[in-house]
Amino acid sequence: MAEASPYAADALIPHTVEPHPVTGIPNGKLGIWLFLASEVMLFGALFSTYVVIRTTAPHWPPEGGLSSEILNVPLATVNTAVLITSSITMVLSWASLKMQNLPRFRLWLGSTIALAFVFLVIKYFEYTHKFELGHYPSHDNFYAVYFTLTGLHGVHVIGGIIVNTFLLTAGSRMWATEPERFTNRIENAGLYWHFVDLVWIFLFPSLYLL
Amino acid sequence: MATTHETTSHEEFKKHLGKYYVVFVALLCLTAITVGVSYLHLNRPLAITVALIIACVKAGMVAAVFMHLLDERKVIYAVLILTVAFFFLVLFLPMFTIVEGSTV
Repeated sequence: MAEASPYAADALIPHTVEPHPVTGIPNGKLGIWLFLASEVMLFGALFSTYVVIRTTAPHWPPEGGLSSEILNVPLATVNTAVLITSSITMVLSWASLKMQNLPRFRLWLGSTIALAFVFLVIKYFEYTHKFELGHYPSHDNFYAVYFTLTGLHGVHVIGGIIVNTFLLTAGSRMWATEPERFTNRIENAGLYWHFVDLVWIFLFPSLYLL
Repeated sequence: MATTHETTSHEEFKKHLGKYYVVFVALLCLTAITVGVSYLHLNRPLAITVALIIACVKAGMVAAVFMHLLDERKVIYAVLILTVAFFFLVLFLPMFTIVEGSTV
């Protein structure tokens, strides 16, 4: 129990609700933004690699044709809409907490998680179709880039599902004791989720359409 | 902003919800446009330019409204300016190493 320790007060993370006097924001928000900054560099490095590989290739995709003929544009378009929809349900779940409406929060966050699963199921069909054709990441640079970037993005979707599921279930107990802190957690989880959406907004045209 | 202005009434807050729906519809429209443009089979430099401009507009709307960047504190902007600078560095620095006619 935290109360049993004489050092408990020192161990508490400060500024989870009230803004830090130096930064003007709660620590959690600064933390998630710094994390997102590192994520930009992770995806940025891979995106840069893609640009170099592509600009030096005699033809892109290497096997000929167009990216839009090799990859499934209709499925990816649906997936784009799914992720955009999951972004608004995420922000509405946070807004519901701001309006003290826990049942509505559960509905919107549950929808966000469900949409994330829909995205992964569609991605699964895309991947398995490529595998059936014998197109693995080792096939050529096009598939190496495609699987690396969409795979890393997919891992981020899974990460979002795990965090959001925790916040929908066991994590939501915090609402009863520290509602403002819980609301901030949802906002931070939302910042991450919107970033995942944002990455896809760039991946979709650059991999599928161009 | 929302985390620091708890006095905002629920009714007032509800008015802000409208902009989320506006951005949502705009994002869906821009997705349709970017897919539609790809079927025009423009020449590659133009196609890349158009697609990237649309993607940047979409990303800007997500960041500004969904991620509340429009009314965020200076410290977040500072972090982002640094991040964007290093992102472009990592994006364009390798381009200088590409010699004419070389292949990876």
